[in-house]
Amino acid sequence: MNTGPATHAAHTPPAPQFATRAQQEFAGSFGMWVFIASELLFFGPLLFGYLYLRLHFPQGCAAASRHTDFWLGTANTAVLLTSSLLMALAGQAAQAGLRRRAAGLLAASAALGLAFLAIKGWEYHAEFNEHLFPGVGFRPEAGGVAQQWPGMQLFFILYFAMTGVHALHLSAGILACLWLALGLRRAAPAGLPDSAVELAGLYWHFVDLVWIFLYPLLYLVGRAGG
Amino acid sequence: MTSAQRDLNLAEEGATAATSYLTAGHTLRSWLTTRDHKRIALLYAVSITLFFCLGGIAAALIRLELATPQGDLVSADTYNKLFTAHGVIMVWLFLIPSIPSVLGNFLMPLMIGARDLAFPRLNLASWYLYLAGGAVILWALLAGGVDTGWTFYTPFSTMFSNSHVVLALAGVLLTGFSSILTGLNFIVTVHTMRAPGMGWFRLPLFVWANYATALILVLATPVLAMTLVLLAIERLFQVGIFDPALGGDPLLFQHLFWFYSHPAVYIMVLPAMGVASEIIPCFARRPVFGYRFMAYAILAIAVIGFLVWGHHMFVSGQSVYAGMVFSLLSFMVAVPSAIKVFNWTATLYKGRITFPAPMLYTLGFVGLFTVGGLTGLFLAALALDVHLSDTYFVVAHFHYIMVGGSVMAYLGGIHFWWPKVTGRMYSEAWGRLAALVIFAGFNLTFFPQYLLGYAGMPRRYHSYPEEFQLLHVLSSAGAVTLAVGYLLPLGYLAWSLRYGRPAPPNPWRATGLEWQTTSPPPPHNFAQPPVVVRGPYAYTDGAP
Repeated sequence: MNTGPATHAAHTPPAPQFATRAQQEFAGSFGMWVFIASELLFFGPLLFGYLYLRLHFPQGCAAASRHTDFWLGTANTAVLLTSSLLMALAGQAAQAGLRRRAAGLLAASAALGLAFLAIKGWEYHAEFNEHLFPGVGFRPEAGGVAQQWPGMQLFFILYFAMTGVHALHLSAGILACLWLALGLRRAAPAGLPDSAVELAGLYWHFVDLVWIFLYPLLYLVGRAGG
Repeated sequence: MTSAQRDLNLAEEGATAATSYLTAGHTLRSWLTTRDHKRIALLYAVSITLFFCLGGIAAALIRLELATPQGDLVSADTYNKLFTAHGVIMVWLFLIPSIPSVLGNFLMPLMIGARDLAFPRLNLASWYLYLAGGAVILWALLAGGVDTGWTFYTPFSTMFSNSHVVLALAGVLLTGFSSILTGLNFIVTVHTMRAPGMGWFRLPLFVWANYATALILVLATPVLAMTLVLLAIERLFQVGIFDPALGGDPLLFQHLFWFYSHPAVYIMVLPAMGVASEIIPCFARRPVFGYRFMAYAILAIAVIGFLVWGHHMFVSGQSVYAGMVFSLLSFMVAVPSAIKVFNWTATLYKGRITFPAPMLYTLGFVGLFTVGGLTGLFLAALALDVHLSDTYFVVAHFHYIMVGGSVMAYLGGIHFWWPKVTGRMYSEAWGRLAALVIFAGFNLTFFPQYLLGYAGMPRRYHSYPEEFQLLHVLSSAGAVTLAVGYLLPLGYLAWSLRYGRPAPPNPWRATGLEWQTTSPPPPHNFAQPPVVVRGPYAYTDGAP
């Protein structure tokens, strides 16, 4: 959302369809906000499905959510929040014209994103082994006894769909970070404009925010309930 | 033609040839890599016309089958695949992109005095996504087709259909992302690219309409996308999300599907209203009546349109209480729609009206949209809907809106802006003839379907009792007339590209900014960046 005078902005000519550089940068950040609004609705059916699940199968939902790995989920929340901090710092560095520093911070954010995916992959692996993946092999057990609450499978369908779509978004964010980090190593007119870091940051924080909603829905709320 | 005239025409032709967007590059590559919104609009125009023809062929086969009560032309299975192909192609590959992606793409920057859309590369990417989606849908059809209907209702689509459902879903998903990107581009463009002096209440109503449409595209389409993903998950993994036998809920699917697909109706008709709002003032020579109310009505339709989806589930097991609320909201969306019809009529009042082809198409639009809208109220009424649900009455109702409304307006817009887009004038006599043939053919096709539906003929059946035959034959005869009507413009418009009279910059003496540049416009639209000093529709030569 920064339209103030960034160091290089004044010297870079705008793209041909724009009259000024400021107009172009405003269009860029406004476009990202519109995109995020659209993305929010993209997650809508999953959240609506979750609402349906909680209303219709409260016991199945509670039983199923006790199978998610609380500690790995919490660790991943910490990893992602830290990456968002680094991303915010990268935005500030880019705004101040410290392009190398910004590139380093972006690379660090991407690394934390990868760490998140690695932990998530480990979690998927364990869940697969515990027969929690929906389909013919779905056989949740508690203390060696098979559980058959209705709605348990729907919980795990939504769990895998929500976290899977989130992981896809995060992967796109990681690629964007790495691409930006490379682009920032060159000077402004040839390389990327500083404002690109702001846009990547908006997207990254959005992906983080989605997790902030998924974490309690999938790991916390059901555990607390009867 | 006198020789002086010919010299003048040649001189005009020479002038446009040197500067227009059409002559900026002649290679195929220059078209496929273009970032000019006007060229991308033409890429869309060609591709949606091809898909319109395909969807039309499916419709022709449906009407041919229904000419006799017995199912004797195609099998019941093939019939299911035909109406599915017709629906999928016409909704996602023709109607949704039609006016926004062709006319909107071409005109939005011109109308607000901008050099292009805010994100030209994204605009081109959107066309490629559309094309990829179209190709995948075509693949699904060629591989054997889909038999679920365009609505993909579960659990039939996930557990029982043996056709290429997932492939078709993938295609629809791709076109959905294309819609989202187009919508995003329009929203940002209207917010950030308006020429100096172009305030919000100086925007032409066509821009308002496409802006509201873009909001729906951006906010409703992602819901469809995720819903189709969930449908694909249920089908691929055979797990219960929507299938009641496995603990899912089919009503959940219908809620999610119609949360997109009812607003999608407004994606299809709002831009048509925008077109009508440009053409009627021009040929009545009067400013549009109640400009601000027209703009507010557009926004109201977009907003209320998000809240009426439940009227598709009055007989699907939705609670009666929810049904009452959705019924009330559906009645409410008729209010801004009626405001628009009244205001178009009031614009005509005491105008100096002429009837060239674009005006005939537009008046056809107003009349047919009104009939479609009023019959929509029948369907919004809870008790009446029990009798009419899933009958030909519904089929007739939405064709009056989408074909009688949107396609008529699309053709009106194509004729109105044809001189601007191509730099040529089409044949006025042929244009009027086609408008009349289409209007007559349309009513002959679809009015009997209201009667059929009221008498109890269900939709999507490929054979029927003999007492319905007369009305079905009338409808099929209308379809033939309609097909002739649609082929006519393809012929004379193509002819005009080569032999048409070169168009002056402003053949209709219209007031929009797009008429102040040359026909066809230069690559970046205006020789001088325009400065706007007054509102739209400053027509002063009509009576009082």
